[in-house]
Amino acid sequence: MEDQNKLLDKVTKSEYQYGFVTDIDSDALGKGLNEDVVRWISAKKNEPQFMLDFRLKAYRKWLEMEMPDWAYLKIPEIDYQDIIYYSAPKKKKELESLDEVDPELLSTFEKLGIPLEEQKLLAGVAVDAVMDSVSVKTTFKETLAEKGIIFSSFSEAVQEHPDLVQKYLGMAVPSTDNYFAALNAAVFSDGSFVYIPKGVRCPMELSTYFRINAANTGQFERTLIVADDDSYVSYLEGCTAPMRDENQLHAAVVEIIAMDRAEVKYSTVQNWYPGDKNGKGGIYNFVTKRGLCKGESSKIFWNQVETGSAITWKYPSCILLGDNSVAEFNSVAVTNNYQQADTGTKMVHIGKNTKSTIVSKGISAGKSDNSYRGLVRVAPKAENARNFSQCDSLLLGDTCGAHTFPYIEVSNNSSVVEHEATTSKIGEDQIFYCNQRGISTQDAVGMIVNGYAREVINKLPMEFAVEAQKLLQISLEGSVG
Amino acid sequence: MLIVKDLHAKVEGKEILKGINLEVNPGEVHAIMGPNGSGKSTLANVLAGHENYEVTKGEVSFFGKDLLDMDADVRSKEGLFLSFQYPVEIPGVSMVNFLKTALNEHRKYRGKDELKAGDFLKLMKEKKELVEIDSQLTNRSVNEGFSGGEKKKNEIFQMAMLEPKLAILDETDSGLDIDALRIVAHGVNALKRPDNATIVVTHYQRLLDYIVPDFVHVLYNGRIVKSAGKELAFELEEKGYDWIKKEVGE
Ligand SMILES: Nc1ncnc2c1ncn2[C@@H]1O[C@H](COP(=O)(O)OP(=O)(O)O)[C@@H](O)[C@H]1O
Ligand SMILES: [Mg+2]
Repeated sequence: MEDQNKLLDKVTKSEYQYGFVTDIDSDALGKGLNEDVVRWISAKKNEPQFMLDFRLKAYRKWLEMEMPDWAYLKIPEIDYQDIIYYSAPKKKKELESLDEVDPELLSTFEKLGIPLEEQKLLAGVAVDAVMDSVSVKTTFKETLAEKGIIFSSFSEAVQEHPDLVQKYLGMAVPSTDNYFAALNAAVFSDGSFVYIPKGVRCPMELSTYFRINAANTGQFERTLIVADDDSYVSYLEGCTAPMRDENQLHAAVVEIIAMDRAEVKYSTVQNWYPGDKNGKGGIYNFVTKRGLCKGESSKIFWNQVETGSAITWKYPSCILLGDNSVAEFNSVAVTNNYQQADTGTKMVHIGKNTKSTIVSKGISAGKSDNSYRGLVRVAPKAENARNFSQCDSLLLGDTCGAHTFPYIEVSNNSSVVEHEATTSKIGEDQIFYCNQRGISTQDAVGMIVNGYAREVINKLPMEFAVEAQKLLQISLEGSVG
Repeated sequence: MLIVKDLHAKVEGKEILKGINLEVNPGEVHAIMGPNGSGKSTLANVLAGHENYEVTKGEVSFFGKDLLDMDADVRSKEGLFLSFQYPVEIPGVSMVNFLKTALNEHRKYRGKDELKAGDFLKLMKEKKELVEIDSQLTNRSVNEGFSGGEKKKNEIFQMAMLEPKLAILDETDSGLDIDALRIVAHGVNALKRPDNATIVVTHYQRLLDYIVPDFVHVLYNGRIVKSAGKELAFELEEKGYDWIKKEVGE
């Protein structure tokens, strides 16, 4: 039986190799997607067989899947053959220090308020900057290496730690999980890989800044974070995209695996280009993020501030498999103008005494639509599982929409699931009160909104919290008064 | 400093102010009294620039500038302060953050540098003592969960921080027990200077025992129907507002 399988494998694989025709020396790929493109990407990245298998399985499944249509979103037709699936910045040689980074690139980071060097010096943040699809620079690796921590680009991890990647890849988000996850698995070009060894507390916040640059390039990032027994890590993801006219597809995958008593905090500030005031342009953000609390007493926290993208489809979720595991989802999602967001979380309780908390703060302005979609599922064996969900919506003006779709499935009667929801309008009287003390309407809105979102902002690491506050205010500019 | 001429204002299509005339000079304390619903808060809100109130006629000059032409935040920065009858709660916005922003906006408007955090906290401590406000209150969100009395004290505390030229106190005495009333009045009196002025809006004489007015005006049905010295307040206390109603022929 086993021999037969091996034989089958061999036959199928060799067959596919004949179909492989694309020139792997070119740095860019033409538009379009087919199996050769998937093979080209894998070969280009010099990947081992298991990676190619992972990609092909996903691609073949993807062909049979349909784009999900259950979200409260109006998604324009996406032509998947009109997208370039791989582009790399011209690579010269391995960079030793930041001095060697393209000054153009550095100044872009500067403009985005991400002073790499300052962060390196002052905050002790290791930065893995992703420009288009290939990591340009990874810093602080040596310090981390001393503790046995691996923080590298995904492609590097595939080369240097193939066993680790193979062991954990797809554990939280299987390659065929959903339409966008399957697409990502087939064509992802790079991303980040983190491994925290047993008993290690990561001494600094790990941070990645994503940015889209080349025109017509779909971004397919993949992040895999593994926290081994008794370890801890806080990971920051922030992104911002420059003004552009053409809609861009972004389908990232983030997987987190927390082993026994491990704790992972994942914080995001998402500020992709949302399109202009009339709804032209903007990023389509279809992200699959899932954490697996695999070990007992493991903890995973998702903290997110979402202000960008034309369309957001994103549900950072947790599977609470280990007994006594804990998960939190804290989110602020802002939509303005013609932005649409359908975001929320899934908490799946499988282990005993598992506990999850959801705090979602939606803020809608302009003609935007902001939906919270949350699923809390308690499996039959999840004795004493607890969930508390709080979903608040704040409306600025009366041309925007806020929607809440909570789904609760409880199959264990010793568990307690609580859900609270509120919808409020930003008060004219609150704004007037601020005005009367000398604060302009714009600043007042920023202040009130930040106050409303305080609970979530407070969960973010310091430097991120400051950035997030500014973002909230900027993204609501001109929405009142 | 303030000259109000024939001021008419509407809210929700209904005319509430029907020709107000009022002049306030530096160093003066004016009391505006009148029964509920006569338009006292409306006048205060119109002067402070609330957008729900539409001025249909009249002029208001503030230190020679057209007050009605200014946005509400500019009026504040020009030195007009309103102590609200019903201060609103702003969840999640700390008093410290709120006041620091407000004060720095005022300073910026006058071309001054922002206050350093240390100096700001020192100033806050000093002013807190003036109104005997509980230290903990300033660590909380703006007015959130404050008692009625604490909200009013908080208004006077903010007034002390911003040092306005003209303060309008709208029913600052309502909801205060006698001790709190004394403290609030003490705060207001301590802030009095020859170059600033106060308009005290109330419908009880009680507060005027502590904040002694130079002029008392009776607002009735959108008009100031009687103005006199502080003795008018005693007369109103004695005879009630019905007396006024008769005088204006109703
Ligand atoms: N925002 C508003 N909307 C509708 N009516 C209002 C509003 N504010 C005041 N009014 C009306 O205007 C009149 C005067 O109210 P107000 O100025 O509050 O009186 P006072 O402060 O003297 O008790 C009342 O009839 C009140 O109902
Ligand atoms: Mg009133």
